[in-house]
Amino acid sequence: MPDSFPPGSVGLVVPEVHRFDAPLELSCGRSLPAFELVVETYGELNSARSNAVLICHALSGHHHAAGFHHPEDSRPGWWDHYIGPGKPIDTDVFYVVCLNNIGGCHGSTGPRTLDPETGQPWGKLFPPLRVRDWVKSQALLADRLGIEQWAAVIGGSLGGMNAMRWALEYPDRVRHCVVIASAMKLTAQNIAFNEIARRAIRSDPDFRGGDFAQYGVIPRNGLALARMVGHVTYLSDALMGLRFGRELRSGSLQRGLEAPVQFAVESYLHHQGDKFAESFDANTYILITKMLDYFDLAREYDDDPVRAFSRARAGFLVIAFSSDWRFSPERSREIFRALVAANRDVSFACVESDMGHDAFLLPNARYEGLFRAYMDRVAETC
Amino acid sequence: MLRVDLDIVRRWITSGSRVLDLGCGDGALLEVLRDSCAIEGYGIEIDAEKITQCVQRGINVIEADVDRGLADFPDKSFDTVLMTNSLQVLRRPDRAIAEMLRIGEECVVTFPNFGNIRTRLSLAVWGRMPVTRQLPYQWYDTPNIHFCTVRDFEDLCRQQRIRVLHREFVAEQFPDRLIKGIWPNLFCATAVYHLAK
Repeated sequence: MPDSFPPGSVGLVVPEVHRFDAPLELSCGRSLPAFELVVETYGELNSARSNAVLICHALSGHHHAAGFHHPEDSRPGWWDHYIGPGKPIDTDVFYVVCLNNIGGCHGSTGPRTLDPETGQPWGKLFPPLRVRDWVKSQALLADRLGIEQWAAVIGGSLGGMNAMRWALEYPDRVRHCVVIASAMKLTAQNIAFNEIARRAIRSDPDFRGGDFAQYGVIPRNGLALARMVGHVTYLSDALMGLRFGRELRSGSLQRGLEAPVQFAVESYLHHQGDKFAESFDANTYILITKMLDYFDLAREYDDDPVRAFSRARAGFLVIAFSSDWRFSPERSREIFRALVAANRDVSFACVESDMGHDAFLLPNARYEGLFRAYMDRVAETC
Repeated sequence: MLRVDLDIVRRWITSGSRVLDLGCGDGALLEVLRDSCAIEGYGIEIDAEKITQCVQRGINVIEADVDRGLADFPDKSFDTVLMTNSLQVLRRPDRAIAEMLRIGEECVVTFPNFGNIRTRLSLAVWGRMPVTRQLPYQWYDTPNIHFCTVRDFEDLCRQQRIRVLHREFVAEQFPDRLIKGIWPNLFCATAVYHLAK
């Protein structure tokens, strides 16, 4: 069967569940009595246990970063362009670990899973999380997998924040940190978009104040609307013009015709929104967008990113994309400026792309070459 | 970069110091300096392919356009700011040097001397823009838009009150090497300056 997978694919993958029975103390002061993480790994851990790479997912990501769950799957994992044999994150070289984080909705402990105290799904009562809580749970996973130090911790967007936090929380456990289309903290505009999305969800009557699961309903409209707004901000004007323009999906704008008109971009957005509403949990969306909003890399370091990064030992690669206006290149420049001032090893590139924020997930020759060059260096340290 | 220029530059770099290399290309110079002087080095480069080459070598590189100023780098945040053989491609070399002296305690600049006898002869005798081994471009495809001579550069330093800590002149061909010291503006092919404000 593996013959049917495209070249460069890790092929069929099976997620594993890791259960942690010790309570996880969270930054909000509460703790999770126990938790489970759904994890996928690709490649082999070498005997020195020095070739492990952690992939940190973004807002809507999960453990399924590469390969296929079923031979019939039409689409591979979300970062399949960059993970696989011979790809920048080369699974012939690295042992790649990707997990669904706590608070998520793809199998790891989160609003959809049961609160052992009540026997009911956590729902809106799931404790609020910070990115450092993810890091802490990921460190426990690393212990479990026998990984003392990551060769690299890699992430885009929120995943980039996760990766940077790793470099500060466990400086000795991260050799390299790849931060893509990310930021040290969100801007007001970025928080604003998240709040629009949250309000869309909350104003759906089926949200039921967050208790929708108990009523057996899903706030589909709210989730779809949240996703539609988000999706527009992840693309660029140029890309939408290129992909959809003013093309009509149905109807006509000719005089004398009354048939309802639907632009291609409208039908695309509705499709994206509806698809998302079927798979994603509304409470998770609210929880994780708040994690994004609250993240501030330097808050505990007198608001001084230079002081913060002085703690790090890792080498950094920082990549931004020219048309990304949700995590603009300027945010990435702030990161490299602080790293240079902190005397850390860092390289920065702003990759030309009209794909907006989503560029970090999509094929791009320059991005791929740069990423590969860096990972080849990382491989030399394994 | 020639072996000779490199040896000169290396003499002026303190071991373990912070060095910024403007227009660092594929990072070869920073690599040598890292390996021989244990510097904490960063390069600035605008060309995508060269940036990838730097990353391949494990050299820190920052994508930026020197012509747009270097606001990303605070005052006196480096011990030495280098610029080898790039001065002539910039839109405003004078501003670039001012930026270098703002960011670094000291600067090292190397540039091709347009007052060299070979370039002069090409223009005076043949009436053509010089095409040499060091400057292999035709007038229409050259990235070099601001040539200067050793004497021009000395004038600029005087006007901007820049201190010349050291100056060295490099000649490629045999007779020039012997006489460049006597008349550098005529016989040196590459000038290497060590500057401070």
